Amino acid sequence: MNKNHRVPSSRSLSAVEVKSKFGAEFRRFSLDRSKPGRFDEFYGLLQHVHRIPNVDLLVGYADVHGDLLPINNDDNYHKAISTASPLLRLFLQRKEEADYTTFGTDSLTRKKNTVLSAVLLRPDPNRKKPPVIISLPRDFRPVSSIIDVDILPETHRRVRLYKHGQEKPLGFYIRDGSSVRVTPQGLEKVPAIFISRMVPGGLAESTGLLAVNDEVLEVNGIEVAGKSLDQVTDMMIANSHNLIITVKPANQRNNVVRGGGTASGSSGRSSDSGASYYGYSSSAGLSASTSMPSHIIQNFPVGELESDEDDEDLVIEAGGDIEPISRTPSNYSMPPLPRYEPHLNLRASASPSPLPVNGTVLGCGSSGSLNKPGSSTPSPDRAARRRSLEEDGTVVAVIFDHQRALKSKNCESVPAQIQENILLQPQLRGT
Amino acid sequence: MKRFRRHGQESQRDRLKQELYQFNKTVEHGFPHQPSALGYSPTLQLLAIGTCSGAIKLYGAPGVEFMGLHDENAAVSQIHFLPHQVELVTLLDDNSLHMWTLRAHTGLSELLEIGRFTLTGPPGAPPSVTRVTAVLAHSSGELLLLGTEGGHVFIVQVPGFRELEERNISLAEVANSVPDDNLGHRNLEHVEALQENPANPNHVAIGYGRGLIIIWDLEKRCAIQHFLATQQLESVWWTEDRGYILSSHSDGSYCRWTFGEENGNDVEKSDIPYGHFPCKAISKIIQLHTKEGTPFLLFSGGMPRASFGDRHCITVIHNKTHVALDFTSRIIDFFVIKDGQLNSGGPSALVVLVEEELVVIDLRAEGWPVIQTPYLVPLHSSAITCSHHVSAIPLKLWERILAAGEQQKTNYSKKPWPITGGQNLAPHPPQRDLLLTGHEDGTVRFWDASGVCLYPMYKLSTAGVFHTDTETNDNHQGAEGEWPPFRKVGSFDPYSDDPRLGIQKIHLCKYSGYLALAGTAGQVLMLEVNDEAAEQTVETKVVDLLLGQEGFRWKGHTRLDVQEEPVLYEPGFQPFSLVQCQPPAVVTALSLHSEWKLVAYGTSHGFGLFDYQQKMNVFIKCTLNPSDHLAMEGPLSRVKSIKKSLRHSFRRIRHSRVSLRKQHVNNTAKLQEANAHLEAELSKTELAPIQRKVEARSSDDSFTGLVRILYFADTFLSDSSHNTPSLWAGTNGGCVYAIILRLPSVEHRTDEPITAHPEKEIQLMHRAPVVGLIVLDGHGSPLPEPLEVAHDLACSPDTQGAHHLVVVSEEQFKVFTLPKVSAKMKLKLTAIDGSRIRRVGVAWFGSSQSEHYGESGLVVLTNQGDLHVVSLPGVKLQVRFPCIRKEDVSGIASCVFTKHGQGFYLISPSEFERFSLSTRCLVEPRCLVEVPLDLGASIQGVKKLDGYLSALSETSQEFQNSDSSARCVMEHALLNDEEVLQEIQKSLEGDHV
Repeated sequence: MNKNHRVPSSRSLSAVEVKSKFGAEFRRFSLDRSKPGRFDEFYGLLQHVHRIPNVDLLVGYADVHGDLLPINNDDNYHKAISTASPLLRLFLQRKEEADYTTFGTDSLTRKKNTVLSAVLLRPDPNRKKPPVIISLPRDFRPVSSIIDVDILPETHRRVRLYKHGQEKPLGFYIRDGSSVRVTPQGLEKVPAIFISRMVPGGLAESTGLLAVNDEVLEVNGIEVAGKSLDQVTDMMIANSHNLIITVKPANQRNNVVRGGGTASGSSGRSSDSGASYYGYSSSAGLSASTSMPSHIIQNFPVGELESDEDDEDLVIEAGGDIEPISRTPSNYSMPPLPRYEPHLNLRASASPSPLPVNGTVLGCGSSGSLNKPGSSTPSPDRAARRRSLEEDGTVVAVIFDHQRALKSKNCESVPAQIQENILLQPQLRGT
Repeated sequence: MKRFRRHGQESQRDRLKQELYQFNKTVEHGFPHQPSALGYSPTLQLLAIGTCSGAIKLYGAPGVEFMGLHDENAAVSQIHFLPHQVELVTLLDDNSLHMWTLRAHTGLSELLEIGRFTLTGPPGAPPSVTRVTAVLAHSSGELLLLGTEGGHVFIVQVPGFRELEERNISLAEVANSVPDDNLGHRNLEHVEALQENPANPNHVAIGYGRGLIIIWDLEKRCAIQHFLATQQLESVWWTEDRGYILSSHSDGSYCRWTFGEENGNDVEKSDIPYGHFPCKAISKIIQLHTKEGTPFLLFSGGMPRASFGDRHCITVIHNKTHVALDFTSRIIDFFVIKDGQLNSGGPSALVVLVEEELVVIDLRAEGWPVIQTPYLVPLHSSAITCSHHVSAIPLKLWERILAAGEQQKTNYSKKPWPITGGQNLAPHPPQRDLLLTGHEDGTVRFWDASGVCLYPMYKLSTAGVFHTDTETNDNHQGAEGEWPPFRKVGSFDPYSDDPRLGIQKIHLCKYSGYLALAGTAGQVLMLEVNDEAAEQTVETKVVDLLLGQEGFRWKGHTRLDVQEEPVLYEPGFQPFSLVQCQPPAVVTALSLHSEWKLVAYGTSHGFGLFDYQQKMNVFIKCTLNPSDHLAMEGPLSRVKSIKKSLRHSFRRIRHSRVSLRKQHVNNTAKLQEANAHLEAELSKTELAPIQRKVEARSSDDSFTGLVRILYFADTFLSDSSHNTPSLWAGTNGGCVYAIILRLPSVEHRTDEPITAHPEKEIQLMHRAPVVGLIVLDGHGSPLPEPLEVAHDLACSPDTQGAHHLVVVSEEQFKVFTLPKVSAKMKLKLTAIDGSRIRRVGVAWFGSSQSEHYGESGLVVLTNQGDLHVVSLPGVKLQVRFPCIRKEDVSGIASCVFTKHGQGFYLISPSEFERFSLSTRCLVEPRCLVEVPLDLGASIQGVKKLDGYLSALSETSQEFQNSDSSARCVMEHALLNDEEVLQEIQKSLEGDHV
């Protein structure tokens, strides 16, 4: 993690008002926006003003979107200072009491889901072990993920966008166009749908996984071939809470490549400083399907990954209290539980074998097909697969938006998210 | 085992689906869009209309209708019935001729195309040589004479289109047989008219465009007489008796020539009826004789160019009577129906096809009144803004509406409909159905939609309630001495006085006779049926849907001004109460509950509930999002975007025109084509690629507060032990409001106020517009309509079991439990196939196999034009049928469903297509047209003998002229004929051997 002390320069002349809350106590003080200093100095300052010198703290702040985000390094500290307008509201917790789940988006409304599924979803005895803390998992907000790498052709990419309740727009446009298909009769020009524009600052752009001129092949597992632009638009909007788009990227150079030998970074990628990391990221799909999932599951309780949003219609009773609609237990027959078994099984079967070094793995590296029978697609039935796709996909690599702090300092050629993803991995691999 | 059983259930369900659902487009109601040709067969008594889109429609007696569509997408330019036969020939714009016949099949006739033909000229000849401009179906029924642009007349044998080359009348032949002193080649241009001598079928008048008329003898193959007019020829008419020929010309004149006199080549009489000043052409002229002696002269056009050149007139002159019938749209063609069996009598009715309607005028009655048409009624005499269907009208109300309608029809002729061909074999409709159409001019028309003919019953106008700028300005026809003597005829009048009067929503209670109408300027009018004329003032309430919120400025139209003095209303539906919404935005939802005497209405700002018994506002809810300026400010602020989209669509039209034009390639237009191609390429590159934003809906979108649906239900809203009256409202933003109503007991209904308070609010997470709300009772069937139970027409809803709420949004169907609202089931549509729900209705489907079995279901029309049936209460897709082209946005928007699985949608501004999803409820034409008796008698006789007909046809020729009325006698004769019997015998033996 190369630290880049780029001091926010704009509007830097004023002071930042800080209001810090610990328990029931408030402290107010101010900081110089232009010279925020380092995080550990700031941490010390907080311990000082609250007069809790020996207490380990978890520092959080409310960002402009109203989300509770943590401050635990220089980057996010600077980000917090630079975005505070005019007041920076801090929330301090004792580390041992800290409730990580409060971080993230819509923390309050989502709580029940996470707790519940966290309990339900881990029959594995491993869960008894205290979770490995990879810098704080709650420091990250899932923005998107590449999924189903094992079952898709390498030229395709299935991207899941996590809209959640956040205000950030999906932020992209699609258009009509034509694409060339290979048919038994030869090449054929067929109408197709493409991404035509990205809204700066939108969710789609921030993932770095979608780009202008990417051809849209599927929306939530349903092929778009033969559908009009309006139909595809409506499908995407209808699925906007949990949008899974399968694209054929216009730029085929950043594909996730399966199989061995990828770690060498020789698959035609740009040779900038990030190249060595690419090796990891390219095998991310692979290593993820072998060793990583358990952590991901721990980090992100299934409830959050699920597409329940549109079930959570709000009902306001005459009294005025708002409650999300709960499902009546009777009719729903799709418990989320089995969905993650594939990973668990896989993990279990993979764990006795030594961990892959440099991405060259036991036989399964050669093709994605080996992963498949492992029951990531339990039923060969296509319809069933579609359904499961709609509801959920096999998570292979989750990509985080490190509370927007890192985003501002990504290097030109490498999508920051991939880099962040990489940030996770070294620690994972160490376990 | 389990799987096997399930499979069995599946197939059983599939079988049941087949018994319940079936899709048919059955009838087209209304007036064909863009008619282009008219034909009539006096022997069949059938009328034929061709359209620009290549459709032909045949009409006879009410209920007798046939429709055919040419494969070519070209306009029908001429229709000719073959005399005394069931065949007809159509000429299309692309110069192809088509032969159609009415073939009887299992007791019903159907219209079939049996042949097509295109004239082929000699190789190398320009296409104009064979370009057909005039068609004459010869009275022999075997010949077709085709006059062309090149001046030739081709003779073709029909049916079968065999060219009789040796009989063709070429230009050279004509030139040879006419002394060429007064005949340059210039006079022999295209053939404008072909007419047969009614007295001698061998004589044919050929009229050339430049003014030459040749009388040609088909037998002798020579011209026997010729006339030369000085003006461009428009039409030729051969009078039936004394052998005159009339010709009409482009300068508004007509000439009369005498036929048969030696050297009588000079004009006998020439006249410009509306002369002095330059006149427009007389496009068609007809003269008909009467028993009394004085003939009828009818012609179209000929108006003085400067002052009345824009009128569409047909002049009728008889004795001293001279009337210029003034139509509101362009005249396509006209013909006259004559009295008597053999059409030998005098003229009885004039039938005029104008662009927007069919007008029939009684020429027998004094003053030549119009005869009410039982079909082909222009639905769009003012543009249709909404429609509403009510099934199974009680007889009482039906009769009252009919009676009110009768009193409006005083100006019509009493004469029965004169076109009576064919037999209507459709069973009597099982119930009385009403279709109500709301129009832009504030009228509501009541149509009898029970059968094949959409018959106008009654017309209601709401304009009288309001002050409008336009006062009575018509009826200037009485002006004495006006020349030409105009008389306005026809009902097509598309010019609306005030667009605010437009009717947007209609709700009729068939049991109580209450009618609620809602309009463009936020007006909600309550009406009640009354058999007597009455003078009334309408009580008006202005309702502020914003509840006094400040900071808004409405930029749309103002409220309508209400007439304060009492107004005399004619018998029928009379208004008694009016609510005016403020801001006066268009009313987007309306619901009437006649049992509770409540009406609910909604706009883009909110919704209200009005007690029309006590004439009090009960409840108002503002649904407007304060930041929603588009909805707030009204329609004006949207102009910009409309402009933009218009520009866009024009561009695209231009683009598509260019590509269309490419289809009409002819030799000379190679360069043009290249240019067009270039232009198309250019416009393609110019056109910014159409792109769509992909974004989740948010509460800040525009028009989220627009109320889409209002629904009354007696259900469990607050607790599961007591059902209470309630009002439900669904908005564009995916929000559902539930309001509890407390009604006083019946005896205190008039004095105690009704109270309402909001009980629940459901915000759908996907925020798609709510388009349907239905409460299901304990058995899972939809709640009955108000008063239905009281009239013993439905069993009361089950209140033992739990009720459910079905919320239909544009994207999905969702079932919630009641009274505690929790999601129970859902069916996603948009997320799966990208189509969105535009229209939804509840319908009952009866099984075709078992009399007693039936199911309720939701009928849904999507923006892709597909119809779906969704089962209740399980919300499962049952069937899907493609119905409307997805580009036909207005067709999709106009769709209305009946309660028994039928529906209507507009296929053009003037036509409803009727469709049926039900196997049991099907209204379609079933009719039979018999071969004309005078010719066909023999064939009929033969038919009885079934298989032996071919041998007999020759023998029976001799019966051709026998009196057709004595058919049974003839059959007898046939069987007694020795030859016939012998032949039968022979063939029977042949079978045995």
